[in-house]
Parts: sequence; C-alpha cells; structure tokens
Amino acid sequence: MIDKRWPSAADALADVADGATVLIGGFGEAGTPTELIHALLDQGARGLTVVNNNAGNGEIGLAALIREGRVRRMICSYPRTSHCHVFNEFYRAGRIELELSPQGTLAERIRAGGAGIPAFYTPTAADTDLSAGKETRMFAGRLHVLEEAIQADLALIKAETADRWGNLIYRKAARNFGPVMATAARTTVVQVRRVVEPGDLDPEAIVTPGIFVHRVVAVTDPISEAAHLALLPRVGA
Amino acid sequence: MTGWTLDEMAALAAGEIEDGACVNLGIGLPERVADHLPPGLEIVLHSENGILGMGPRPGAGQEDFDLINAGKKPVTLLAGGSYFHHADSFAMMRGGHIDLCIMGAFEVSMAGDLANWSSGADGVPAVGGAMDLAAGARRVRILTTHRTRQGAPKLVRAITLPATGRGVVDRVYSDLAILDPAGDRFLVRRLAPGVDMTMLAAATGAPVERRD
Repeated sequence: MIDKRWPSAADALADVADGATVLIGGFGEAGTPTELIHALLDQGARGLTVVNNNAGNGEIGLAALIREGRVRRMICSYPRTSHCHVFNEFYRAGRIELELSPQGTLAERIRAGGAGIPAFYTPTAADTDLSAGKETRMFAGRLHVLEEAIQADLALIKAETADRWGNLIYRKAARNFGPVMATAARTTVVQVRRVVEPGDLDPEAIVTPGIFVHRVVAVTDPISEAAHLALLPRVGA
Repeated sequence: MTGWTLDEMAALAAGEIEDGACVNLGIGLPERVADHLPPGLEIVLHSENGILGMGPRPGAGQEDFDLINAGKKPVTLLAGGSYFHHADSFAMMRGGHIDLCIMGAFEVSMAGDLANWSSGADGVPAVGGAMDLAAGARRVRILTTHRTRQGAPKLVRAITLPATGRGVVDRVYSDLAILDPAGDRFLVRRLAPGVDMTMLAAATGAPVERRD
C-alpha cells in the first residue's frame, strides 16, 4: 500500500540536514507553503540555500526563516517586494548571499533539474550583467548563455488537494512554481487543504503525478499572508 | 496643454494591439493599458505567474489571493482563460509565443537596447521576468515618460544603466511622441499635441527624425 500522508509538518521535516538546498514554491501569497516553512524553522536546520521567486514578505514564512539566520544563500528573481525588509536588512549587512536569476531562467533551471538536463543555453540575459562569467555560444546568429540546472535536497510546495499516492491538483494561480519544483528535489513535501482517496481525483485533471511527491501534510486552514501584511506598515516599493 | 497624459499614452499603446494578440503588460504604468483595450476585440492578457485570459481587478470583497497578477494584486479570469505552471508560463515568453509585451523603462537607446531592471544604485537588485520578456516576446514596446523626474532624457544614444536586453525595443510611447528605435536615430511616428520636432529633439538624448 502506498500512503504518503504524514501526521504533521514537523514529522515530515524532521530529517532536514544543515546545508540543505530547499526549493520553496509560491509567488506572492499564492502557492506559498507557509506552515511547512514554519515547521522547517522549528526543526532548526541551518546554512540553507533557498530557491524561491522572492525573498520573503512581512515577518512570516521565508522572512521568518531568514530572520532566524537559517538561510545562507538565496537564489531568486525578485527579492524586492512590498514587505521585504527582513531580506533587505540581512542583505545590506552581508549576512545572506544572493544569486539573482531571471524568472524564466530560474523556472527552467528547476525544470531542467527535474528532467535530468544539467545545463541549457538561453538568449535571456545574454550580454547583460546577469550573464557575467558564464559560458556563451552563438546559435542562429544570436548570443546565448549557458545556465546550469538546479537540483535540491528538499522541495516545499502547496497544492489544493492530494490523494494518498501524492497526486496533486492546484487552485488557480497558486499553481505557479509547485509542479516544477516537485520534480527537482530528492524529497518533495506538499501541504494541501484536503486529502482524498486514490480515484477521487479526475486523472485528466491531475497536474502533478504522485511520482514527484513523497510526503503529504494536511493543512486545512492555512495562514493568510494578505491578512498578516495588512497589519504591517508599508515600507519601500 | 502639451503632451499626452499617462492615460492617453496607455490608450495609444492599447489602440495598436491587434485582435487575437496574446499580450504581457509590465508592472506599473503598463498595467493601465488594460483599462484602455479597444472594445469588441479579443485580446488575451498573459500574467507571468501562470494566467492567460486575465481580467480586471475584482470588486470589493471578491478578492482571491490565489488569483493575482505579476504585481501580486488580485485579478479575475475571463471566459476562455487558463492556468499553468511557471515553466510553461515562461516557455510562452521565451519560446516566442507572446505576441507583444509592454514594459516601462529607465533608458532606451536608438539601437533598441533596454534598461529597466536596475537603476545602478545601491540596493537590492531584482529582475523578475523583464529579461525573459525582452529576449522572448515577439515585439517589445515601451510605455514611459520621455524624461526622468529630474528632466534627463530616457531616450538616448547608448544606455548607461545595466541592460535588460539588446536591440529588442521596437516602439516607445512617451508623453511627447511615439518613436521607433532605428539604429542611429529614433523615427518619430507621431507627435503629441503641442509638441514640435524642436521641442522633441531638445528632450531626447539621440537624433530624432520625423517619419509618419
């Protein structure tokens, strides 16, 4: 019998090692697995490399993980958001490294990691500061940059519904990085509002097949980042 | 009154989008283009976070934070719209499937080089999807004021800020004119009310030539 359900986020994340590379899904609040990130915070792993589109908002989730000094290095496309003061503070103090990747290159690096492709050429960022030091090559008369795949120890993602085999469906634009990140980690942990039995999800509608998912944690009523941010003063832009 | 208002600029850019086009609008000023799309056409808006067929913002109390745009603001989905993951979303840009993107700019050169991701100053760098759009959208159009707040020209011989892409811009809608980068000059397609070529040349950091 296949049963990927874990009793809690704490149980599902008990074995994360110091120095792990962690993919964290989400774009803004949509798709952000805040409860899993908080369980990682409680678990205590340090020296983490985190891959996320942004770099934390407000004081919860990834921002809290950075605040507690657990993140050594961020790989992201857009760390400058409306409430990114924690990352800003750590970055300016030299307490966190930043690798900036164009958003599509970031998504493709993760996709390639999940598909067993070690690197690929793209015209994105050719002849810009973000390709400095990278190999380049001409294809069809156009300059391309060699970008390396990202593979991770752990992926933390959020979906709407899972069955106990780990098949996933998402909700609206909360899908974003989830299906891509699920493919690129040795252990993929998903938080979902609802868990159902195999056969309950329409196989035509399953977005992430269970082969990419290892641990399923039910979080029926997740934290609202929008409600959290509404309580904070707005800083920067 | 000299020049176009921001809404008039957005309306001009919107008026040149053809029926059936898939269009990505950048964060900030370009978002206004959505308010001026010609009625009766089917123009499909793409949002980098995995939406085709993005609709206007929802009414008060109808916000759904699983349905947001690139600026993280709540939006809606039109009939025929779809959701997809990030690698597919950027394959649409990088694979040349997006007909048109409209972005803001710090600088545009007469060769079509674009600088719009880094002001070069200290601070946290952030690029988002700008370089993917610059490299992959079939046409790249810019909606921007003609000069900075300090009065410096944004349309220049050569960009001085970090590049987003090289030779990618094909049209600029500013408050003073509609211009196309043409290698060694900007070709002026249309002048705003009250603007003449002398005024435009004085406000532009590169040669300009009238070409209707």
